Amino acid sequence: MTDHGDIRDNQADWDNAHALSGAYAVDALDDLERARFEAHLRTCPDCRTEVETFRETAASLAADPVAPPPSLRDSVLAGIEGIRPLPPLTEHGRDRAIPEDTRRRRPWLASTGPLLVAASLVLVALVTTVALRPWASDNDQEPPTAVEQVLAADDRTRIVREFPDGSRADVVVSRSEGKAVILTEDMAPPPEGKVYELWFQTPEGEFVPAGLMPEQPDATVLLEGDASDATAVGITVEPDGGSPEPTTPPIALFELDA
Amino acid sequence: MDPGVNAQAGAPYPGAPAGAGAELADLLQRSARGDRAAFASLYDATAARVHGLAVRVVRDPAQAEEVTQEAFLEIWRTASRFDPERGSAVSWLLTIVHRKAVDRVRSAEASSRREATYHHRNQTVDHDVTADTAQASLEARRVRAALAGLTEVQREAIELAYFGGYTHTEVAALLDLPVGTAKTRIRDGLIRLRDTIGVGR
Repeated sequence: MTDHGDIRDNQADWDNAHALSGAYAVDALDDLERARFEAHLRTCPDCRTEVETFRETAASLAADPVAPPPSLRDSVLAGIEGIRPLPPLTEHGRDRAIPEDTRRRRPWLASTGPLLVAASLVLVALVTTVALRPWASDNDQEPPTAVEQVLAADDRTRIVREFPDGSRADVVVSRSEGKAVILTEDMAPPPEGKVYELWFQTPEGEFVPAGLMPEQPDATVLLEGDASDATAVGITVEPDGGSPEPTTPPIALFELDA
Repeated sequence: MDPGVNAQAGAPYPGAPAGAGAELADLLQRSARGDRAAFASLYDATAARVHGLAVRVVRDPAQAEEVTQEAFLEIWRTASRFDPERGSAVSWLLTIVHRKAVDRVRSAEASSRREATYHHRNQTVDHDVTADTAQASLEARRVRAALAGLTEVQREAIELAYFGGYTHTEVAALLDLPVGTAKTRIRDGLIRLRDTIGVGR
């Protein structure tokens, strides 16, 4: 988490994202760069092909076999008993071949800039706590959802973060409701095989899981769990499915007023 | 390697018997359907290669075994995502284990590892002699020759990144390169290697 400054400084490099194909193919990007490059890959068949040939090339370097102990075979074969193989990606879900209509709905994928969220960006993020305008539902006949209740609560506070790439994440918390909501705009997708996990920080300083972010740039998510005495909301990058406790430092931390 | 239609999707490793790659692809596809026997065969055919890369990157034998195990569980879980149109089975397997190995060393940030010189190799492990066929060593010579064709900076950058698990920014610092140039050295080096070794598309 030390190199994000470069990304900011070298924003222009994203105009030439191809330059990262080699580093990506040998896993030499940090999480943020990887997320950004994978967003680029979705729209760049040339880079996809190049990455594939680089991976073949790297594989030919890794030709130093080391036999694992026989016990490992037993562990692996026992381990798969409890794991259901994923279904194949259908055309709809295939991230390497985004249909045109999907791509149009996600124009940020095609641009060089969007993409957000990293520890270092947090350092330069504008953090402000602002009072909210009254929130009005335009659908009065339906009972308010939990999200609406939080967003309309009298005691709500909102922590706003704007990132240099134009993306934004807001956390709204209502102590009386005991709930918090996160709203994102133009959020970069997590790296392949990873997910953004949400956390509440307890007064004891522990992080407890508060759910996973859906993989979409603009999302409104009710955090799972009790926000009444949480001291902060955090986001980390975790392996698919999430983790019971954070395995990486937060890429964003929203400190909540008492 | 013969750059025929199936060459790059074919060979499980340089010098592997012809057709072995297609066989691995078939084992993967059967694994995706829940065929445990096929997966066991896949493990037997590739474990040494996969573990070799884990050991190379992670170094600590116990941690490397964990990484290899995690990788094979991931391979079982995601076998349906393997697409033979997009690369060879062995490249797909090694991509998975490499990513897990790199995640491991980065999250550990073990100071002992950081102090170690990257070219240090753990010599206590047993190399799998069965895979050490005459053909494979011939191919290994070819890879070594291709590596020798790189500039020293290109070669070091690729080795630090791929076997050292360092980010390109860290590689730049380790090699005293201006920030932002290591990624270019890595890419240029991979292009030259690819074209010399003959990974075709």
